[in-house]
Amino acid sequence: MTVLELSDLSVRRQAREVLSGISVTLRPGECVGLVGPNGAGKTTLMRAALGLLPHEGRSSLAILPQHTRARTAAWLPQMREIAWPVSVETVVGLGRTPHFRTRPAAQDRAAVADALARMGLAAYAERTALRLSGGEQARVLIARALAQEAPVLLADEPIAGLDPAHQLSTMRIFADLAGEGRVVLVSLHDLGLAARFCTRLLLLSGGRLVADGPPGAVLTPQNLAHVFGVRAFMAETPDGPVFQPLEVVEID
Amino acid sequence: MAGKPSLLRSGSAVPLALGGGVAFLFVASLLVGPAGLRVDQSLTALISGQGDAAVLVMREIRLPRAILAVLVGASLGLSGAALQGYLRNPLAEPGLIGVSASAALGAVLALQTGLAASFVLALPLMALAGALGAVLLLVLLAGPRGGAFTLILAGIALSALAGALTSLVLNLSPNPYAASEIVFWMMGSLADRSFTHVWLALPLTLLGWSLLLPLGRGLEALTLGEDAAEALGVRLTRLRLRMVLGVSACVGAGVAVAGAIGFVGLIVPHVLRPLVGARPGRLLGVSALGGAALLLAADLAVRLIVPERDLKLGVLTALLGAPLFLHLIFRTRVRAE
Repeated sequence: MTVLELSDLSVRRQAREVLSGISVTLRPGECVGLVGPNGAGKTTLMRAALGLLPHEGRSSLAILPQHTRARTAAWLPQMREIAWPVSVETVVGLGRTPHFRTRPAAQDRAAVADALARMGLAAYAERTALRLSGGEQARVLIARALAQEAPVLLADEPIAGLDPAHQLSTMRIFADLAGEGRVVLVSLHDLGLAARFCTRLLLLSGGRLVADGPPGAVLTPQNLAHVFGVRAFMAETPDGPVFQPLEVVEID
Repeated sequence: MAGKPSLLRSGSAVPLALGGGVAFLFVASLLVGPAGLRVDQSLTALISGQGDAAVLVMREIRLPRAILAVLVGASLGLSGAALQGYLRNPLAEPGLIGVSASAALGAVLALQTGLAASFVLALPLMALAGALGAVLLLVLLAGPRGGAFTLILAGIALSALAGALTSLVLNLSPNPYAASEIVFWMMGSLADRSFTHVWLALPLTLLGWSLLLPLGRGLEALTLGEDAAEALGVRLTRLRLRMVLGVSACVGAGVAVAGAIGFVGLIVPHVLRPLVGARPGRLLGVSALGGAALLLAADLAVRLIVPERDLKLGVLTALLGAPLFLHLIFRTRVRAE
């Protein structure tokens, strides 16, 4: 059973502490939303957890040997980069890099086909990834992370720039992956989708973890006012939780 | 889902065709020359060692020339593909970004100071040192996040500096004949090379190939950017080091024996990229083959076009490559708009 355990994780850039003393344990089955305003340290937290940044404290992923870590955790960076005009299938297949040395096996092919189907991209397999729209490229890169079939998935703003239908379907996929027994940590700015699909939210502000719990317990009027500077409407409806930011509030 | 090349399939048609092309051009290169030997004479001389003058021509002149074309061409194609894959930039090329010019500076220093005369390996080693310094500076100045613009600017600055220092060495040279000889040598040529040159270039060239050829997996993953590649298990620091050393060894050895031959590393990956589904890893091997084929063909061309004048190989490749480079810049500009 793979858990993601961070204890007292801190990151310093020059003299400034951009992430301080984060201690959390994420368990299989949890779809955890990482929320917080711009510059709160969301990306830094995920990169430090993966060991891609020099850090203090301990992360159960960062201490793994690089090869083992690549099989344990899939990382979807915010920067959506596809450098060459390769096919969609090739991009998704890169997710299998940690799984074979020279030649991909049947299970690698199956994982790629599976990931393509899951993201609704089966018909795109042979298309050139760079000729797709920005949102389609984003889905191709999500499929790449899915094809890695790692027990832990960290995704940095994966749904930014997607149309509403694909935002919903992508969050549904993340929730389902958690339901299948994986650890999912996804950063996002859409608190409404976070409230609907995440089982747990981590609220970051100024590099500190200020709230951790089910969406209803994290998205309180006080937290919204103090961390995001907004007032919002939130209600439980027959269609699930509904969250809508209403206006900017001044804090004195 | 079959047919096109992708990560999950590895077609061998392209490498086989290129390999065949290299073999054909290699033989053609052995059969063409000012001595005007007949085909049967040439082959008999090469294989059996019968017939004095013909044996000399085949074994001491044409064979080393063809072998050097393969070594240098493959090195340039491979280095171009590796640099482009690492920097994720189709404009990277050892000649264009100052690596060859810096290697030439090292070689000129070795020649002018007399080091090359007193110690056989001084020439390739000094060229290697020049190339190494240049690649290190480039990676430092225009790493993968520097973009095409920074890379070309850094390359121009580096080429200018290496060129100026080379001119300085020639300027201060006490012997005008030696200076003009070096100027001609720097244009890049494979004419009048012997097996001494082959043995001089071979060890560093093979070292360079052995460092660069296994980088395929890492370069493929780098398609997704450094962060994603590292998370996929690619050791970036090791990859960078191998790339820098490999390109330096290849280009240094090539420049030491053949002078600066530009644009091969630009043309070859550009032409072959669509044939391997644009995959930077698969591009490595085929670019090595393509580079060997291109340089063999170009070296045949300089012998066939104007046999009576010594047209320099580097001049021909630049005439072919510079327009392509302009075209690539134009396309980059159109895409950016």
